[in-house]
Amino acid sequence: MGGAYLPDLTLVLPEGILVVTAFLILMTGVFRKSTNPQVQQRFGHVALSGLIVALGALIFYHHPAERWISFEGQLLQDDFVYLGKILILSGSAAVVGISLASMLKEHLLSFEYCALILLATVGMLLMVGANDFLSLFMGLEIQSLSLYVLVALKRDQTIASEAALKYFVLGALATCFYLYGASLMYGFSGSTNFEAIATIIRMESAGNFPLSLFMSLIFIMASFSFKISAVPFHMWTPDVYQGSPTPITAFIAATPKIAAMLVFLRLMLEPFMTLYDEWQSLVAFLSLFSMVLGAFAALRQTDLKRLLAYSAIGQMGYMLLGVVAGTDEGIQAVLIYLTLYLVMIIGTFACLLCLRGKGSYGVQNIEDLAGISTLHPKVSFALAIFMFSLAGIPPLGGFFAKLYIFKAALSAGFFGLAIAGALASVVAAYYYLKIVKVMYFDDAPKVPSASYGQIVVLPLKMALILNACALVTLLFFVFPNPILEIVQRAAFTFSG
Amino acid sequence: METLAVLVVFLPLLGAILSSVLDHRSSQAVTCGLMALAAIFASILFVKVGLQEKTLLIPLFTWIHVEFFEVSWGLQVDSLSLVMMAVLTLISFLVHVYSVGYMKGDRSIPRFMAYLSLFTFFMLTLVTAPNFLQMFFGWEGVGLCSYLLIGYWYDRESANAAAMKAFLVNRVGDIGFVLGVLTIFVLFGTVDFLSVFELVEDYKDETFTFFGGHYHALTLATLFFFVGAMGKSAQIGLHTWLPDAMEAPTPVSALIHAATMVTAGVFLVVRISPLLEYAPLAREFITLIGAVTALMAATIACVQNDIKRIIAYSTCSQLGYMFMAAGLSGYSASMLHLTTHAFFKALLFLSAGSVIHAMSDEYNIQKMGGIWKYVPLTYVLMWIGSLALAGIPFFSGFYSKDMILEVDWVSNLPVGKVAFVFGISAAVLTAFYAWRLLLLTFQGAPRADEAVMSHIHESPLIMLIPLMVLGAGSLFSGYVLYDLFVGESTSFWGTALFVLPENEVIGAAHHVETWVKWSPILATLVGIGLAYYLYVFAKSWPERLSIAFSTVYTFLLRKWCFDEIYDWIFVRPSLKLAKVLWKEGDQKMIDGLGPNGVAALSVAGGRLLCRFQTGYVYHYAFAMIIGLVLMIGCYFWL
Repeated sequence: MGGAYLPDLTLVLPEGILVVTAFLILMTGVFRKSTNPQVQQRFGHVALSGLIVALGALIFYHHPAERWISFEGQLLQDDFVYLGKILILSGSAAVVGISLASMLKEHLLSFEYCALILLATVGMLLMVGANDFLSLFMGLEIQSLSLYVLVALKRDQTIASEAALKYFVLGALATCFYLYGASLMYGFSGSTNFEAIATIIRMESAGNFPLSLFMSLIFIMASFSFKISAVPFHMWTPDVYQGSPTPITAFIAATPKIAAMLVFLRLMLEPFMTLYDEWQSLVAFLSLFSMVLGAFAALRQTDLKRLLAYSAIGQMGYMLLGVVAGTDEGIQAVLIYLTLYLVMIIGTFACLLCLRGKGSYGVQNIEDLAGISTLHPKVSFALAIFMFSLAGIPPLGGFFAKLYIFKAALSAGFFGLAIAGALASVVAAYYYLKIVKVMYFDDAPKVPSASYGQIVVLPLKMALILNACALVTLLFFVFPNPILEIVQRAAFTFSG
Repeated sequence: METLAVLVVFLPLLGAILSSVLDHRSSQAVTCGLMALAAIFASILFVKVGLQEKTLLIPLFTWIHVEFFEVSWGLQVDSLSLVMMAVLTLISFLVHVYSVGYMKGDRSIPRFMAYLSLFTFFMLTLVTAPNFLQMFFGWEGVGLCSYLLIGYWYDRESANAAAMKAFLVNRVGDIGFVLGVLTIFVLFGTVDFLSVFELVEDYKDETFTFFGGHYHALTLATLFFFVGAMGKSAQIGLHTWLPDAMEAPTPVSALIHAATMVTAGVFLVVRISPLLEYAPLAREFITLIGAVTALMAATIACVQNDIKRIIAYSTCSQLGYMFMAAGLSGYSASMLHLTTHAFFKALLFLSAGSVIHAMSDEYNIQKMGGIWKYVPLTYVLMWIGSLALAGIPFFSGFYSKDMILEVDWVSNLPVGKVAFVFGISAAVLTAFYAWRLLLLTFQGAPRADEAVMSHIHESPLIMLIPLMVLGAGSLFSGYVLYDLFVGESTSFWGTALFVLPENEVIGAAHHVETWVKWSPILATLVGIGLAYYLYVFAKSWPERLSIAFSTVYTFLLRKWCFDEIYDWIFVRPSLKLAKVLWKEGDQKMIDGLGPNGVAALSVAGGRLLCRFQTGYVYHYAFAMIIGLVLMIGCYFWL
């Protein structure tokens, strides 16, 4: 605890660094008024350095195995939050690292982009660090508002504006759900603090919970289902993924999903843990529908980003399966899945971002990858690894992610769900493998379209990140311990 | 001695493995060298173990161990397996050497040498097996190698068809073998030869009951084994693969389809002599099948024109003789004929190969003739082989065939006399087709065209030397082995063969009436005379006869119509059934409802789900609200 007036600021040091960097970029950008790409790229590097420094600060000031609370109980940091923040910071940094070159090519790189990315990251950090419905709301909104603007960054393009508007309207609806749920919770418990709420709910006798408590639970669940795009709150996902410029899609696909899933996990396991019997069937349905829809709806997609959107819906379904289990094993499985998912999705987007057509187009459709294995064997191989991994083919990381989830679900007794999940993953394998098939077995088109992936733009930063992701995916089964250990400690937060 | 025995069996395997990684020169050198070693070791074993009337039982390792059931891998080296080992390694070595010359210029010589050596290994495993299961391993292994070698020239459609035919027909026999092993296991609880043979007297009256009928267990078991033997040894009914197997290169025909593999059936029947002695019904059946096959194959051989097919049918017929003797408890006579036959039949095949080689790959004897002066050595060797086959006195075939016919005559089984009559008739035909082949191939006016005739040349020395060794074997093996194998006071076989005292025939066979002793020779002379008359003195007769008795002639030319009947009964209906199962069952039902149906359903489901994705923001919001309401509803409902 900090002093009487000044809270312990080291807790928010990473957030502080990011905010300062963001404002630095904003101010410089506003006053320099330069369109010189060199200058823009320098902004990008500043943002990247900010993220890395923040990551360093986080690791340096972390108190392991301790519940570190500050700001009058508004924010906390424990091993679980720590893991989340590491994932978010490194994920954001990686996304910025793979995006800069592509943003530059598409004339999208600007100081606004850099500042917004940083602010969105701050929002996410606050979300996972929240210990109160109010601080959570603040983080959520900082993140969401930044994302809405990021999606609209290509404002001269109707599809991007449309996507941004849809995202904004539906996001606002989800925020309404959240606020309604949180206020109902305040009405029920008289508090917004997670710990206090948990204690109050625990004191209620089982089977005799008041209606307002349930309403609150369901509304809050619904709002976070929107954020993690669980069915039926997923409808925005394909449109936003497709409409956004690909680097922004990469960002949306990676870290906000992680943040939202972590918060969902925290809410379900801390304030609402007593209501496990009540929410598990609801989450089970969310999980089931997400897995099935993610598998089937992607079958006929031709747009790569739309396909990845459905893929994300499906993957979220698998993670929810681990949440349903609710056991220590389940939490660990979710966290492993999240970590590997982040790696795989960043790797996938790195591949897509470095493949470019002639002119300023990035690859758009599956056909744009036809026969690129002969043109760019290394990139194709990396993309094939990520696709195999997402499909869950042994011995790649994605297989173990699914394995842990199914194991957790089976040992918690959810046989039907586990079987449905396994079947859905068989269906989903079709479209992942289809990409591999198109790359390796289809012939390159005689007359390549404008977005056909002819050129590879792979600066050193990007190549490093791509290789790192591929290595983690490939070698997880050989060296799983670094990830397993940190995940075990994080999961211990709830059980211990 | 144990080490030697192990080496004999495994050196050919080593050769096969090495050959598969070497180039063609060194693979020839390695396989021939290792086979030579194996042959030398086998001869040493024969002298040191076989002639000393000892038995070696060498356990190597435990193969299967399931509760009470234990099968060990090992070698059982007794006089019976030693005879096989010695003959096998010697002939295999000669064929290996002969192949070096014969296969010259072939594209994949290492593969050929590897197959030959692998075959020898499997055959050695078969003959040295101490239990039924290991024997079955060898049994299947030789079948596999036979399949591989028949289809060796895999770019020929006929070779592939023949290979498949051999495999499928043998499969029928193999099922018999498996059933036999199972019957033995059910009856005795073990599959070890020694244990089974020790117990057999206690089980001689056991019966099995199926569907209300009682069946004598040992008869059943031995009949099952005999079905297996029929398949491998090409006995009537399951013989159709052997003539087609002549698609294989000629050295293969000599080694596998004349001298060794096809005699595995005979070996099996002899090996289970302790069981057969208590199953007189099975023995009668074996004798009958052998007699019928001997005669049938001989009749077919008389009208065929393909030089290798004639010899193939001759093999079939001679195998019939061996079964005749084995069925009548004359196991040692059967083994004697097996050995002499191995020599003279390999000689005939390899000589035929030499002729084919000389005639630029001509197989049809109607297109040969008058070539004896160009290939004198082959001609002489072919004469020796034919004399031995026909059973002219003092050639090897004479001793063994006479012994078999005498056994037929003295046997106490009623079927013996039938077998004798069939055997004598077959002997006439044997002499006839052997001389028909000789006369048409080597004598008379040349019928080949100029180009072929100008190329005729004697085979290289590397092919002739094995032929001469075999020729020596065909000359002397009968005389040398007669006393050892079937002599009145021989104790060579020891416990390897078992004959009940009341079934003893070998001793009695030495004291038959004089006319019985002379009748085979007479029959042979009649056959030779007939052949000379028809193909030297009255050359127009064969054609006139074939027209006058065209039904009989066609029937024989079509090989008793077995292929046509099988085609009609088995092949066509199963093809039809397979087509129905494939088109209707697999493609429409299983694929249609299974993989393809599910896939189509998935895609349709995907399309349906995409239809909800309208792109209108109010639809999306509506979906969210509905979702929320459903969740609330879920709570109240659950």
